[in-house]
Amino acid sequence: MKPQHQHDHKQTPQRPVGSLGVLGQLADFLDDRTGYRAVMHEALYERVPGGARWRYVWGSSLVFAFMTQVITGLVLWSSYSASAQTAWESVYYIQHEMTGGWLLRGIHHVMAQAMVVLLALHLMQVVIDGAYRAPREVNFWLGLVLMMLVLGMALTGYLLPWDQKGYWATRVATNLAGLVPLVGPSLQQIVVGGPDYGHHTVTRFFAIHAGFLPVTLVLMLVVHLSLFRKHGLCAKQPITRPDAMFWPDQVLKDAVAMLAVMAVVLGVILMPAVRAMLEGRPIVPGELGAELGAPADPSQPYAAARPEWYFLFLFQFLKVFEGWGASGEFFGAIVVPGLVMTAMFLMPILGRWQLGHRFNVAFTFALLAGIGLLTAMATNEDYAALWADRSSFADVEKLLEETENDKAKIAAHFGNDAAKIAAFEARAKKLERIRHSQSFLDAVALAKAEAARSIELAGRPERIPSAGMLELIRNDALSQGPKLFAQHCASCHAHVDPAAPEAEAVLAKASAANLHGFGTAAWMRGLLDPKQVAGPAYFGNTAHKEDDMVNFVQNDLTDAETWKPDDIEAVIAAMTAEAGLAAAGTAPAVIEKGRGLVADGERCGSCHTFRDNGVAAGSAPDITGWGSREWLVGIIVDPTHERFYGDSNDRMPSFGKAAEGSAPILTGRQIGLIADWLRGDWYRPAGH
Amino acid sequence: MKRDKTSDESAADRRGFMTKFLAIVCGGLATVPPVLAGVWMFLDPLRRRGAAATFLPVTDLASVPDDGIPRQFAVVADRVDAWTGFAAEPIGAVYLRREKGSDTVEALSATCPHAGCFVEMESQERCFRCPCHNSKFTLDGGMVAPSPSPRAMDGLECQVAKNGEIAVKWQNFYTGIAEKVARP
Ligand code: FES
Repeated sequence: MKPQHQHDHKQTPQRPVGSLGVLGQLADFLDDRTGYRAVMHEALYERVPGGARWRYVWGSSLVFAFMTQVITGLVLWSSYSASAQTAWESVYYIQHEMTGGWLLRGIHHVMAQAMVVLLALHLMQVVIDGAYRAPREVNFWLGLVLMMLVLGMALTGYLLPWDQKGYWATRVATNLAGLVPLVGPSLQQIVVGGPDYGHHTVTRFFAIHAGFLPVTLVLMLVVHLSLFRKHGLCAKQPITRPDAMFWPDQVLKDAVAMLAVMAVVLGVILMPAVRAMLEGRPIVPGELGAELGAPADPSQPYAAARPEWYFLFLFQFLKVFEGWGASGEFFGAIVVPGLVMTAMFLMPILGRWQLGHRFNVAFTFALLAGIGLLTAMATNEDYAALWADRSSFADVEKLLEETENDKAKIAAHFGNDAAKIAAFEARAKKLERIRHSQSFLDAVALAKAEAARSIELAGRPERIPSAGMLELIRNDALSQGPKLFAQHCASCHAHVDPAAPEAEAVLAKASAANLHGFGTAAWMRGLLDPKQVAGPAYFGNTAHKEDDMVNFVQNDLTDAETWKPDDIEAVIAAMTAEAGLAAAGTAPAVIEKGRGLVADGERCGSCHTFRDNGVAAGSAPDITGWGSREWLVGIIVDPTHERFYGDSNDRMPSFGKAAEGSAPILTGRQIGLIADWLRGDWYRPAGH
Repeated sequence: MKRDKTSDESAADRRGFMTKFLAIVCGGLATVPPVLAGVWMFLDPLRRRGAAATFLPVTDLASVPDDGIPRQFAVVADRVDAWTGFAAEPIGAVYLRREKGSDTVEALSATCPHAGCFVEMESQERCFRCPCHNSKFTLDGGMVAPSPSPRAMDGLECQVAKNGEIAVKWQNFYTGIAEKVARP
């Protein structure tokens, strides 16, 4: 023991004899059995050469941040369920349903980020003060290992909610781990828990995140702290002020720093709530703190995939090696980070020379500047569309469209003038960047919408099915309808609100009816409108353009003698009632009247079968139950069925009827989802 | 003053050495089983193999128009994830493409050969682009230089049956290397 400690003991306040209260007696009893006073004394009465300083607070702040993570992490653990079918579900429950879950998870999430920042500050302070020099080398190395452990926890924690964001980021990270020479593929397989991502990816990442890494970290932290105590604080030179004691001088500064860290963390969590309050919007606690994306789905693209912001520089770094082939990725992901870490481990040795120390400081600053620059580049690439003016590139866009991006045609357009072509290409490059940024922003917006929908569905009164959230989403018409429609229907059919600004352009490209609002009064009214029936939203671009129906609407319906406006409205009411989509408050009498008109052999019933009007199938689609789920499913399954278009079917495939010996294009479930989506029939939370 | 050890003292030395030796051996041996068992189980994933690459029906010829534009399709198969069996689950995605007037279909895995993100179609630019690090590929999957990706998109074997059914041999490949090597 160092002499100063003996000196310290003299300072131990002596308790006056004879003033023992009950508490004092208890303390004496405890001290007798445990010797805690000496331990406390040892812990608190450390001499701080040159007095307490703010620059010494980073280490304690880190310990505080780690303790926060342990506390919040343990409680999160008590509600988390690690498996591919329950991870998202349990995190949803924590975030959106458990009392204070959003706050706890928010603290854990934001404090993790604060820890990375504090690490950087701590490291900087140590390097600048040369605190890695003898005899503190080993402790510096320990610090670097601790840093890697913390980063490892950040990386593994990102996956645990098993949402799209974590899933895709982890795929990239583990694929990069696979590039490590020799052991890479095995390493990847061990971490991922098998050849594919699934249950064991979650369980392993959880074990690593909450077990292996923190236990190792605690052990190393104990050594780190005791070595720190052994060598004493590396004081800022020259010492100009008198020494002070760790307790209470430095402890006060440390405590203030911890409080500040906590305040920032809470501020980040609560900021959106404050903003909502100022804007008069309701505050939804589940939306505060950490985000939860849509559940992980390997078959769904996720173009918004990005790592957490403090790893963004590594992500961007991979783009730097464009055109290096396989060695580029190996360099970017393995070699350069490896070299940087090696350089840092060598710092204490290099730092023995004054010049070496200067180099270390410069290196650290250069490293942080590089990280900052790469992060800024990544952010700029992703968000450029927010501040760039795309409209000024309208001419470029137009020319690219016209020439189909064909180099020869572009050259011809500029009369092969090299300077003009180069100028154009430079602008085209800029436009491309804006466009990429826009697709990223769109992807983020889509991801947000999908996340919101997942959360809405998870809150249904029926709760999440035992097969998991993905099952629920795959059966949700609102989530799947647009995708299925885009893939199977949109090559002919439009689905656009006729009042939308882009409607005209969309309709011009379509070659079959616009199905937006199919089954509603608005849709029916358009069909029965002589000006619209042969337009692009209905039969205009189909083989039925000059068929009986168009003829009927244009010539018969316009005869105000037989078709009074009330009659047409009654027909509309009757048809929407068939679809089950009649406007609220439609009088039953009107519907009844409409049914009569539709069935009438002189009117619609001259071609269409309707209810029991006895018209034989085949001349026109049977419109009994028109627009209902059953009717829509039927026509998608097989429009060539005599109940629908029969032989006069125009191009529409029979999606649910299998050619001999093969499976149908769409399953019954998929067809049902399309029908439900077209009819606007999906789960809506009460009050929406 | 130097003196020879008595035989008693040497015996005590020997015993002292034996005690230390045995203490270390016994203590060491005691910790071996849990550590070994732990490592043994932890390495279990190394024994696991993915499902054998088989041809999986994806769609039919009518759904892949012969216009040279790739279309994305989900690959559906029964899947086992550790203890859970999934029936007919989407396990990934492929792009299928057919040249004008051709009956042969080219299939490309949607997994980026750079680091495994999901490659997307850029209809405006008439190319594939990976949203992660901007690797670009031509519509037939070829590299557009300079690219972060070390190789072209991974083609998959593809069969078109007489009745038009398209089946694709679903495989995963190692990412980040120049050669296309299938994962076991
Ligand atoms: S993962 Fe596709 S470019 Fe990196």
